[in-house]
Amino acid sequence: MKSHVLRPLWVVIAVIGLILTARYFVVPPDFGVYERGFMYGFHRKSNEKEWEAFKVKYRTKKYCQDCHPDKYDTIMSSKHHIIQCENCHGPAIDHPENPEKLQINKKRSLCIRCHTYLPYPTSQRAKIKGIDPKEHNTGMECVTCHNPHKPDMEGW
Amino acid sequence: MRQTRRDFLKTITRGALVTALPLGAFKFLSPREARASVESTKVRWGFLVDTFKCVGCGFCVKACKLENEVPYDTPVTRTWVERYVILKNGRMLADTPMGGRDGFTDPKVQEEEINPKDIAKGFFVPKLCNQCENPPCVQVCPVGATYQRADGVVLVDRSWCIGCGYCIMACPYGVRFFHPVYHTAEKCTFCIHRLVKGMNTACVDACPFGARKVGNLKDPNDPVTQVILNQRVAVLKPEYGTKPQVYYIGLDENVR
Amino acid sequence: MDVYVHGLEWTLKELFVYPNEFIYWSIQIVMYPYMTGLVAGAFVLSSLYHVFGQEDLKDLAKFALVFSFALLIVAPMPLMFHLQHPMRGMEVFFTPHFTSAISAFGIVFFSYSIIVATEIWFVYRKFFVEQSMALKGKEGLVNRIKWLIYTALTLGAYDISPEALHKDEKAIKILAGVGIPVACFLHGYAGFIFGSVKANALWMTPLMPVIFIMSAIVSGIALCMLTYIIIMEWRKFRIRTSKKPWEMTAEEVGGVELDLMRKTSKYLIGFMIAAITLELLDLVFRGYTAVKSWDILRSIIYGKDFVNIFIKQYTFGNLIPFIMLLLPRPTVKRLVIALSLVLFGVFMMRWNVVIGGQAFSLTFAGYMHYKIPVIPHNMQTFKEGVTGALVIGIMPFVLFWGINKIVPSLKYK
Repeated sequence: MKSHVLRPLWVVIAVIGLILTARYFVVPPDFGVYERGFMYGFHRKSNEKEWEAFKVKYRTKKYCQDCHPDKYDTIMSSKHHIIQCENCHGPAIDHPENPEKLQINKKRSLCIRCHTYLPYPTSQRAKIKGIDPKEHNTGMECVTCHNPHKPDMEGW
Repeated sequence: MRQTRRDFLKTITRGALVTALPLGAFKFLSPREARASVESTKVRWGFLVDTFKCVGCGFCVKACKLENEVPYDTPVTRTWVERYVILKNGRMLADTPMGGRDGFTDPKVQEEEINPKDIAKGFFVPKLCNQCENPPCVQVCPVGATYQRADGVVLVDRSWCIGCGYCIMACPYGVRFFHPVYHTAEKCTFCIHRLVKGMNTACVDACPFGARKVGNLKDPNDPVTQVILNQRVAVLKPEYGTKPQVYYIGLDENVR
Repeated sequence: MDVYVHGLEWTLKELFVYPNEFIYWSIQIVMYPYMTGLVAGAFVLSSLYHVFGQEDLKDLAKFALVFSFALLIVAPMPLMFHLQHPMRGMEVFFTPHFTSAISAFGIVFFSYSIIVATEIWFVYRKFFVEQSMALKGKEGLVNRIKWLIYTALTLGAYDISPEALHKDEKAIKILAGVGIPVACFLHGYAGFIFGSVKANALWMTPLMPVIFIMSAIVSGIALCMLTYIIIMEWRKFRIRTSKKPWEMTAEEVGGVELDLMRKTSKYLIGFMIAAITLELLDLVFRGYTAVKSWDILRSIIYGKDFVNIFIKQYTFGNLIPFIMLLLPRPTVKRLVIALSLVLFGVFMMRWNVVIGGQAFSLTFAGYMHYKIPVIPHNMQTFKEGVTGALVIGIMPFVLFWGINKIVPSLKYK
């Protein structure tokens, strides 16, 4: 009879075998070491494609131009031409299918993101025409007097 | 272009795949799109932030949260904007309310009223994942759920992350957090789903002032690479040896 | 799935803190190295007898070994409580990423469990065989189940001849010898988990693993001693109150108990000196070199966490029990107080490392305060609050009670 001393070893080997079997079924086949080596590139390769397939929601103003050329042209000839349509109108996603209508943000809080005057000498911020939102026509929406598509002109 | 066509022909020879051929292959590809789809090893995404141009409007943060489905009203965010106000007596004040999601509309910093005459410097610093060349967050992941792509972008596999938080602890820049819905480690992906389609990241597109730019650092003609090569730029916390790939123009010693 | 920001409920921010920073590693991460530390300490204590032949620890060795097995089962539980996806915990075994200190957990913990379990098997093999023989063919469901358990535990090795038993003893010695470095490694790597985080100014020091090992052994020995005293006191109480005669009188038990404790406390004192020396060295070195992070660290160590570090940890957890243990003529009462304080001190050390390391922001210009949830109102606050810590704290004793039913570790020869 073989030495009984090795008995626990067989148990251990059985447990390791069990883990390896489970591993075989649980770990995706494309899990491995890729371009960046073991330290930085140990992963499931197909996850890269999953991230690449993530839904794009902000389509940029080129997407808006096709159907709304008039609006596009107006804003592009104004000082606000640097602002993307979707910054105020919300992400287009698959508009006009989904969503059918975009929610336009006309709140004061939107305009004062840039137009609250902040006296910062080393920042572009101080060069933007700004107001003190606590004093400048409080309680009124900016769009009552200012056209965001033609910001140079007072009123509409 | 030539590369794409070769790939295209290869695909055709694999007869069975012809039906599955994406229609996009017939479309004219922008140079960046072609590069991104074909020469993946010749791409290394990098980022350039101009802190002089940033005005702290927070449109980037808003766009990022909506684009990448990070619950809007939670304080966690993939990118954020910090405000620094340095007084003439050398005191530094800084804040980032809600990550700057709603812009900076209050002259008070950290609840403190500041006399404009006392301000020596005031500026905004946008932050996002640095997609480090030596990402410490990836090194410490116990299960291989976070990794770096060949193009340098560090991603998290949401189906494999166990949520131990070690990567969150290991990042010196505090860019990682637990996603409020999936409860796995979450971070800026450089909008890889947009980059591979030849687009910019959502934050770059949303920035009205051109303070943010993304580019291929392996392409010497890329405008971003040009600036990094030819101008004086700096990175955040270089002392950690992480080799961050988000470069800053106008960085200050007070920036944390 | 629930929508919540992990850490938001118990983190209070002050001054300038990055938006994504929270106390992500809370009470369970304090419990985790504490528990692993107790395992390592208990095992080292039992090995002192088996390997180095410290005869004075003979009676404690068996108990310490079985107790360390109970602790071993509990040690990964804080991690399970802490993981956001506990069901995926097995991935550490499936796709281990060895550049991560946590990944070593799978391998080291597995090897260590094997060593402890095997050692227990060799120590109790004779007992298993005898039980299996004695219970064979006996009537009654309980007897049948017991017979099944013991027969399975023999692993089919029924040879209890003197030669075979001699082989067992040799195996025990080898396993205990191998076990000591593995136990130290198990805990050293727990220290490495923290010490290697370069982003954290408080954690990053090469001394961390060594400090963790020393305080682990301190806490392990203290817990073994304390549990031993409690069990012996219970036994004395039962001898005094029962009418039937016992093999020993209460006075005899008390004499053996105190003698053993006096001897063990010498080892405890030795390891305490090592632990405190290293911790102070770390502190002095940080202050002397005063690198960039020192300003914020100083404001934490000497300011916000002063009571936690210098009063609770060093004074109550180290200095007072140290004096109490050194005083001549120990009494059971004094020992119990001193040992409880030592255990408290090591717990505070873990707390000050884990929570203290997150008390300041990565900006070095802001603070975070951990408001530990006391009364839970959801799963998060249950798991990562006082309640979760209590569950983990009580578990080893419950398990020990259960395991002790099968492998009695407190029988006198």
